[in-house]
Amino acid sequence: MAMLEIKGLNAWYGASHILHGVSLRVDKGEIVALVGRNGAGKTTTIRSVMGLMPRAAGEVRFDGTSLLPLPAHARFGRGLAYVPEERRIVPGLTVRENLQLGLVASRAGIDEKQAIDEIAESFPRLKERLDQQGTTMSGGEQQMLAIARAMIARPKMILLDEPSEGIMPVLVEEMGVLFRRLRDSGVTLLLVEQNVEWALKLADRAVIIDQGEVVHESSAAALLADKDIQERYCAV
Amino acid sequence: MDAELIAMQLFSGVALGAILIMVALGLSIIFGMLGVVNFAHGALFMVGAYAGLWVASLTGSFWWGLLIAPLAIGAFGMAIEFLLIRPLYKRSVDDPLLLTFGLGYVLVEAVRIVFGSDGIPFETPALLSGVADLGIGFFPVYRLFVVGVVAAVLVLLWLFLEKTKYGLIVRAGARDPLIMRVLGVDIGRVWLMVFGLGIGLTALGGVLAAPMRNVSPEMGALVLAEAFVVTVIGGMGSLIGAVVAGLLVGVAVSMTALFAPEMATIVMFALMALVLLVRPQGLFGRAVAGH
Repeated sequence: MAMLEIKGLNAWYGASHILHGVSLRVDKGEIVALVGRNGAGKTTTIRSVMGLMPRAAGEVRFDGTSLLPLPAHARFGRGLAYVPEERRIVPGLTVRENLQLGLVASRAGIDEKQAIDEIAESFPRLKERLDQQGTTMSGGEQQMLAIARAMIARPKMILLDEPSEGIMPVLVEEMGVLFRRLRDSGVTLLLVEQNVEWALKLADRAVIIDQGEVVHESSAAALLADKDIQERYCAV
Repeated sequence: MDAELIAMQLFSGVALGAILIMVALGLSIIFGMLGVVNFAHGALFMVGAYAGLWVASLTGSFWWGLLIAPLAIGAFGMAIEFLLIRPLYKRSVDDPLLLTFGLGYVLVEAVRIVFGSDGIPFETPALLSGVADLGIGFFPVYRLFVVGVVAAVLVLLWLFLEKTKYGLIVRAGARDPLIMRVLGVDIGRVWLMVFGLGIGLTALGGVLAAPMRNVSPEMGALVLAEAFVVTVIGGMGSLIGAVVAGLLVGVAVSMTALFAPEMATIVMFALMALVLLVRPQGLFGRAVAGH
């Protein structure tokens, strides 16, 4: 069953036409890796899904709802979360307050204290730093916080933009374990990555985007084995 | 010169500063959150004073004026944001500035047409007239009341911003509106509320100031200039800065009035120039403000 279905998506930044009819689907409970070169249109695709592009056209359905006509903030309540590449930990706020931000718009009746305790158990690094300013942490810890903030309201699906970027290997491994656990608990993930090998080992299926178009779609294992295609579309 | 006179003048400065804080807070919070420099802020202070006067004369009670005018003018502020300023967000920052600049003139003329050009005296309510003996001297009760109300408003505002969910949304939304949208917050609605809050505060300042000054259509122009000085000294967008700088300016002006009356009107600008030279972002400002 499709959780996210994109059909013929076009997107523009001012006069430049970035996406030319992107179509892809992510089924419920799977991890899909969206890979491709820098500037291929990966970030633009998820920004369009999140309603953050100045202009986007086509069809984006999430869990049965057509998203493009909705204002950006209306996605959260439908169970769609997003971890942007820049992480966007809010300056001037503590780690705890940044986590609370993940719940301010939630109508699911989640107990805030309990939810933060649970998150602290899954992220020991954050537990020790709850009352520290979020932006004073290391890049990896901020990435964990951004993921934790996206998870705390228990979304159905999370879009992650380059979560492994600039993070030390031990944390990247930790993140992989976390993503598998999330998938196994029924959360759907769309993973945009430059770290192709790591992403393909983690994902169930893979989609390659190049110059604003989808050029390849297969199981992650098949793409992992196909060095030619990887070389052609993902080599930096 | 005796100590009692100095204490008296110091206290006058605090009362003057309290009014400035009400105006500067709104100016600062609106700039910090919406990135709009509201040039109609002084005019809305004046409209608040007239609204308080009008409600008070209608109901026969100062208290109703004090309560209703800030709420009504705050709601009027929300209408201004929704109908006039909102369509300009995607345009250059000059556009909301020019719009509010013009709106200030429109409001002044509208009040002139309805209430006339002459100033209207505003009676101090009987309960608050006279002086109180505080041991160190006699102070006008009304000014004590003004300082008390402003202090209470500041405490409430602090509790709201630091201890409530909506306060957290406002603080975070001022720093990163995009992530708030991703996290499900309709940031446009937050801007509407914050604009209404800022205007409500300046209107409250107007009602509080009314018995201490003559209520006239021009009363907002001077206050606007003073409030800008306060926000520049304190740091645009900083609330604690508005409070500290408001008191600083109030006290500096009234102390200068005592010792060198001819310097009283320029002392705040000298203070501002000094702060700008030493710390261009203001005492509590961040190096880069706005969004």
